[in-house]
Amino acid sequence: MIPLSGNIDNAKGKIHHKVGNFQVSRGTSTLKRGFAHMLKNGVVMDVTTVEQAQIAEEAGAVSVMVLDKLPSDVRKAGGVARTASIRVIEEIMDAVTIPVMAKCRIGHVYEARVLEETNVDMIDESEVLTPADETHHIWKWDFTTPFVNGARSLAEALRRVEEGAAMIRTKGEPGTGNVAEAITHIKKVNDELRLIKSIYDSGDNQDLVRMAREFKVSYELVEQTAKLGRLPVVNFAAGGIATPADAAYLMSLGCDGIFVGSGIFKAEDAKERARAVVLATTFWEDADKVKEAQKMIDERQSMLGLDVKNLDLRMQERGSTA
Amino acid sequence: MNVGILSVQGDVAENVSAVRAAMSALGIKGTVSQVKTPDQISKLDGLIIPGGESTMIGQMSLVSGAIKTIKEKIQAGMPVFGICAGLILLSKNAKDRVVGKTGQPLLDLLDVRVERNSFGRQKDSFEADISAQPLGIAKTKGVFIRAPSIEDIGKGVEVVSKFNEKIVAVKQKNILATSFHPELTNDISLHKYFVGMIAKKKK
Repeated sequence: MIPLSGNIDNAKGKIHHKVGNFQVSRGTSTLKRGFAHMLKNGVVMDVTTVEQAQIAEEAGAVSVMVLDKLPSDVRKAGGVARTASIRVIEEIMDAVTIPVMAKCRIGHVYEARVLEETNVDMIDESEVLTPADETHHIWKWDFTTPFVNGARSLAEALRRVEEGAAMIRTKGEPGTGNVAEAITHIKKVNDELRLIKSIYDSGDNQDLVRMAREFKVSYELVEQTAKLGRLPVVNFAAGGIATPADAAYLMSLGCDGIFVGSGIFKAEDAKERARAVVLATTFWEDADKVKEAQKMIDERQSMLGLDVKNLDLRMQERGSTA
Repeated sequence: MNVGILSVQGDVAENVSAVRAAMSALGIKGTVSQVKTPDQISKLDGLIIPGGESTMIGQMSLVSGAIKTIKEKIQAGMPVFGICAGLILLSKNAKDRVVGKTGQPLLDLLDVRVERNSFGRQKDSFEADISAQPLGIAKTKGVFIRAPSIEDIGKGVEVVSKFNEKIVAVKQKNILATSFHPELTNDISLHKYFVGMIAKKKK
């Protein structure tokens, strides 16, 4: 069964009605988080066209994320990055059998409403797009469609869960081909989980209250998470993943799966690389298989990595204080 | 008893705990493990193919050679429980509601025609109380996530559960398959039934 900590029973996004002889419920936490569970141990790939979506599906991606521009192009283009063209999203939904996700801007309730009407399988309230609201994220309990959100720490992750996110992806620095930030953040989340678990195990309720205040989330959610010893929703790694070995390493740090953005379709060997990243994610425990995957790609064709220290735009910081 | 959960991709951990709970409820001793390789699969008394993305699970099982071993074991009588993606993989025939026929690898064992994403996309995913009377289960929570349904069955396939006009669970000899996810609920009755199938076979 899946943990439902932080669940809201009377959420607006839940629909109850009769279908034939059956009383049916939609948009429940079990369905939203359950969907995310079905993606575990898989790779979600950023795509901008039908052709890329088909390549991703053939390579064994468990889902595609439709964007207008890949993060590295967002970086180059500058300006305001918004949700992808609805026509492109619809074309991709008609062309592949795997789930289709799309990104909306942080706090942009109506971009999300439009994506829900478009019938995408999951909405990513993403810092890769330009934030629409500097102080609030979307109240996701009002939606029937599940949401995924980025986080750089346990506090940020739990704030998103409290708002109704069904899945978390630890943020890296998107569009850089540099996996360092993704590694930093998954380790931070793991460390913080260990910390609250040890406080819970010690029975020091007052210290858990202190953590809840520090995290800016309810005591109940902190207590339930501490008891579980893990996030109550699945947690994928994202941002800067460019090679099969990057993916395998993040899996070994306890991630439930991988998001790959510019790393694939900004490489010159996209088809092979997509397959190789899936292979390395599936068989991450087997270094020999990861070697085989790594051998399928050529480092000379990898996207150029950027040193995060020299960036003018740090996407990971967007929306992280809210 | 040695039960394996095919752990290529999908909700593996949930099935591990459901089988453990079912074994302990039935007082049966055994091990439950995550399996991926042909070698691991060859040692099993029963296998669950869990929910996930059937295209991906099929392709990666083909790559690792697991698909061949799974097929041989099931043909030799090993009980298998396919859930959602697992149902699709076990089937002889599957097509997508929107895209139609795809080239995905199938085990070609369960004599049914499956329609993928039969109830629509994620927003249409639903929960409902259903029954599985032929297995002695009067009521259970059906969690349908982008679920397939069974459009047509061959001889020797028993309908176990229906949602309105759609078939959502079947049994054919040593194969049990559901389009919904019992492992996402607290109700372990289907996993208990499956563990019972393995116990009977071992006698």
